[in-house]
Amino acid sequence: MSPRAPLIGGAGDPADVLLRDVRALDPRERIDGRHDVLVRAGEIAEIGAHGTLEAPDGAEIVDGEGRLALLPAFFDPHVHLRTPGQEHKEDLETGTRAAAAGGYAGVLAMPNTDPVLDSAPLLGSLREAAARQARVPVGFLAAITRGLQGELLSEMAELSEAGAVGFTDDGKPVADAGTLRKALQYQRLCGGVLALHEEDPTLSRGGAMNEGAVSSALGIAGIPTVAESTMVARDAALAGYEDGRVHFMHLSCAGSADAVAAAKQAGARVSAEVSPHHLLLTDEDVRSLDTRLKMHPPLTGESDRRALVEALRDGTIDCVATDHAPHAREEKEVPFEQAPMGTTGLETAFAALHTGLVLPGVLPLGLLVERMTAGAALFGLPLARIAAGAPANLTLVDLDARWVAGEHGWASRSENCCFAGRALQGRVLLTLAAGTLAHRDRAIALAGTA
Amino acid sequence: MNHLLSIEDLDRAAIERIVAQAERFAEVSDREIKKVPALRGRMVLNLFYEASTRTRSSFELAAKRLSADVVNFAASGSSVEKGESLKDTVLTLSAHKPDAIVLRTPWAGASELVSRWCSAAIVNAGDGKHEHPTQALLDVYTLHRRLGGLDALKIWIVGDVAHSRVARSDILAFQRMGAQVTVAGPPTLIPRGIDQLGCEVRYTLDELDSADVVYALRMQRERMSETWVPSLREYAAWYQINGRRLTPRQVLMHPGPVNRGVELSGEVVDSPQAVITAQVEAGVVVRMAVLYELLSGAGARAPGGEGAGDGERARPEPTAARDGDQDALLDIAESGVAAGRDA
Repeated sequence: MSPRAPLIGGAGDPADVLLRDVRALDPRERIDGRHDVLVRAGEIAEIGAHGTLEAPDGAEIVDGEGRLALLPAFFDPHVHLRTPGQEHKEDLETGTRAAAAGGYAGVLAMPNTDPVLDSAPLLGSLREAAARQARVPVGFLAAITRGLQGELLSEMAELSEAGAVGFTDDGKPVADAGTLRKALQYQRLCGGVLALHEEDPTLSRGGAMNEGAVSSALGIAGIPTVAESTMVARDAALAGYEDGRVHFMHLSCAGSADAVAAAKQAGARVSAEVSPHHLLLTDEDVRSLDTRLKMHPPLTGESDRRALVEALRDGTIDCVATDHAPHAREEKEVPFEQAPMGTTGLETAFAALHTGLVLPGVLPLGLLVERMTAGAALFGLPLARIAAGAPANLTLVDLDARWVAGEHGWASRSENCCFAGRALQGRVLLTLAAGTLAHRDRAIALAGTA
Repeated sequence: MNHLLSIEDLDRAAIERIVAQAERFAEVSDREIKKVPALRGRMVLNLFYEASTRTRSSFELAAKRLSADVVNFAASGSSVEKGESLKDTVLTLSAHKPDAIVLRTPWAGASELVSRWCSAAIVNAGDGKHEHPTQALLDVYTLHRRLGGLDALKIWIVGDVAHSRVARSDILAFQRMGAQVTVAGPPTLIPRGIDQLGCEVRYTLDELDSADVVYALRMQRERMSETWVPSLREYAAWYQINGRRLTPRQVLMHPGPVNRGVELSGEVVDSPQAVITAQVEAGVVVRMAVLYELLSGAGARAPGGEGAGDGERARPEPTAARDGDQDALLDIAESGVAAGRDA
């Protein structure tokens, strides 16, 4: 373990709130029912049957009317906060504001910034900035290789000591197997999960979307799904051989899920994430050539989408991660093939998955909550819990509220959300992160002070 | 018809209307005075982001024969080289209030994008490897003139289908006009899933004699450096249309410019089966018909457009959920990007 607290930020006044008559749902704590939940000084002080708890002096009261759902706050192990160097897309403040608005109480930021986060001094200054600016706690993954060049290892031990939660070259694969093997060996010294963006560049080169009937009809060079799945299989084998700990990022196809399942079966220490867009959208949606639907890995076919949902359901894929990737309007307002890869996702993840998977009965709500919180544990961080004595990492959601994504603008600095304009059901009203009030929807007034 | 963005947008009746109009213009072309006043006072802007001699000059000639004013804007040597975005270039040029913009770019979907940024009628003169609809229309026109129609014709499109916008537009247009299309070429140059467009796929020319029409695509030399095929020599041995493969009853087409000795042998280029120069001739009258359809036909927009600067249509802000949308969760609620093609 690193000597420094891995997550930083979210400092504010500790909240004193009585969440009265809410539907508290925490599958790990086996809670699902109407409760009063009292938060005092940023901690969950007491959980009682609804109508049993009184608000102490100075505490605010939120009335759940027996209807609003109180969930453990979500954790996103894969976001791009764009600081340093690309603050015109996002920064620590706006990115974590978007996280809070989406019900997240913790995020892990990717190191593909400018400059790349590959040195301890830079990590130190980022953590200082996060302490001042971040609305929810942020952890930083540092680069596996210097400058994301895929050749020389970054100073992983020093970075780990300076507080890096793990390592990734996200945005690019570690294409060279020998380099990744060295990182796996070095992991024995420095710890930290290696999070892997899997893509064989010799297969994906030049591609701008998934390879298939749609790319053929559009005349756009395709990226075959085997560009990802062959690398997942390769790196699962390497991790198994070195007994390393790897996490596969943003899986996009059935073949990758199969490779992860096989690796887990064989006892390798691997985990995996999937993004809301790969669970809900397909390359058919790309026919419109809407650049908000251009991301890495690309949206794949319907059979892949279904396989990913099934893999999330059965636990082959451990968690949901948004891969929140903001880009400025002018960067996305170009022809599809010219546009940068990425969609924002923090503000819509829960609502989109609730709408697309829970409401139609594909996934139970409790399972979705489990998968949207599980990312923390994969990186050795504490899980959000609805339990007395736990720090208040809580999300209050109106599961009936219908809204159109983007109708009130975005908390993020960027608006390149693949779900923009879609009708969603389920809205985050309140987020408590590390005991502080990180987000309050305009639709909810804290019903006075007792 | 407000724009010509892709063959996908055209039904058979629309294609037939354009072909019939082109036939009327062909009569004009045979006169001593080849100009008609149909589009006098209208402005056609040629905006080309890729080098093009024949398509651009064909459009220019078509516009001039209709008495329209023509402005040519080539991306090289312009503000584009100074980093101006496609959107800003279009908005700037729109200030001159062109009635039509003929657009060629190396990017799929660029014409549709531009159609949302300005009020001019947009004619797609090639968008990346996606479509080249006026080429397909002139190919239909040429076959119509030569064979009387396309119904039940067997048409083989041979060569580098993967990188060909002509192939995509032709597959759609030929099928829409009743023909059966087969694409043939090296497996590295036939994109996965192309059969979903309704065409057959072959990797050899063994059954080429079943074709009524053989449409050879240009084999671009730069594909060699990307090693799509082992050598042009081997390519020619397997896929060249030559006197041995072409039968006298078949019609030979090619979008030009021809690589003699690669996709076509010299003998077939000069053979009576070849309609390659007829295709070039057809280019002008078909493009006249397209401009006429867009700028003066029924449903054409008012002269001068409705004013430029309509750019906000590009990214409409989503509106609040309407009551009627209650069952359309996860559907796109805005009248936006996906649905907004042809208002």
